[in-house]
Amino acid sequence: MGFDQYHEPPEELPPATRTFARLCASLTEEAEAIGWYEQRIAVETDPEALAVMRDAQGEEFKHFAMDLEFLLRRSPAWREIAQGVLFRTGSIVQHGEEAEAEALEGDGPDEAAQDGSLGIRSLRGARR
Amino acid sequence: MNHLLRSLAPISDSGWKMLDEEARERLTPALAARRLVDFSGPHGWEYSATNLGRTSPLASAPCDGVTGVQRRVLPLVEVRADFELSLAELRDADRGAEDADLEALDEAAHQIAVAENVAVFQGWPGAITGIGEASPHEPIPLGDQPDHYPRPVAAAVESLLHNGISGPYGLALGGEQYQQVARTAEHGGYPLLEHLRKILDGPIVWAPGVGGAVVLSLRGGDFLFESGQDLSIGYSGHDAETVRLYLEESFSFRVATPEAAVALTVDQPATP
Repeated sequence: MGFDQYHEPPEELPPATRTFARLCASLTEEAEAIGWYEQRIAVETDPEALAVMRDAQGEEFKHFAMDLEFLLRRSPAWREIAQGVLFRTGSIVQHGEEAEAEALEGDGPDEAAQDGSLGIRSLRGARR
Repeated sequence: MNHLLRSLAPISDSGWKMLDEEARERLTPALAARRLVDFSGPHGWEYSATNLGRTSPLASAPCDGVTGVQRRVLPLVEVRADFELSLAELRDADRGAEDADLEALDEAAHQIAVAENVAVFQGWPGAITGIGEASPHEPIPLGDQPDHYPRPVAAAVESLLHNGISGPYGLALGGEQYQQVARTAEHGGYPLLEHLRKILDGPIVWAPGVGGAVVLSLRGGDFLFESGQDLSIGYSGHDAETVRLYLEESFSFRVATPEAAVALTVDQPATP
């Protein structure tokens, strides 16, 4: 089993960062699986096999969404940028640039540490 | 060094870490508004006002041939809770004591969370219009029997639906009401909290300081909390025995869609 989701020595990483890295790796795997099923579905002609693969791809959509939501809950800046981009009509690129500028202009994670605050921010979706 | 002046305090790095963790631990469960309303920022201590996108007319212009209007903004409020800690206790914590007396910090954390909750849900005269007071809906009495709460909560949800306000919905319950609900099982032993969650399709939040309750839509864009300096511990001064610190934040809050919430009232005064 490989541990290549870690870019730095795992023993030097805090537990929260290791968990974050695991979910990032999981998110990547789910996206890859979605792409693989998309290709298989595109070439398959057997209707029954197609139905099975469409169902399986639906599972990957769900896994991807769950991984993403977990990561967004743990990363306020990522969440803020995602909120500016996802589920909106119009120019994706423009929304992305605007969301990035807004999120990073006043409050990246590093800046939160520098401002001496407790870093609590939004608690939407947080457990008690 | 920023305005919090933390590096001037006679507190070690590990001491500051302990104080920040203790404050975070105490504040996080009690900050009800941040679980239910949209949060923007933090935009920093220098950030002073929220743009409202609106203007006020001016009686005159500086000269002929021009007109003018004045921009309207919503100024941020600063909230601060002072507290004192024993330096001997902090020194003991540096030595590894696990039971340092941080009660004054805990109390300040509770008070500032109460202040934020009350300002958002009930209002702060002259500074902030709260969700409950902004709502155009007739307040619904909660009654004094917790096992009857599903009826007024369902009535509130129905009222929101009738007004085209989609869910999911959240419920901010005052400290006393939350305690009663958490303890209550309806006939047949079904937990009341679970029943209420099914009606709302959203969270039920402990809101210490709030009297009664508020049902509100969580669809987004209706209730806007803007943080300047997020909750922080700062340093005021010290003598040989004690260090004077404070918890502080700056924020504004505005209700964009008053009809997206319904207040639920109780007869008796709430206890924080």
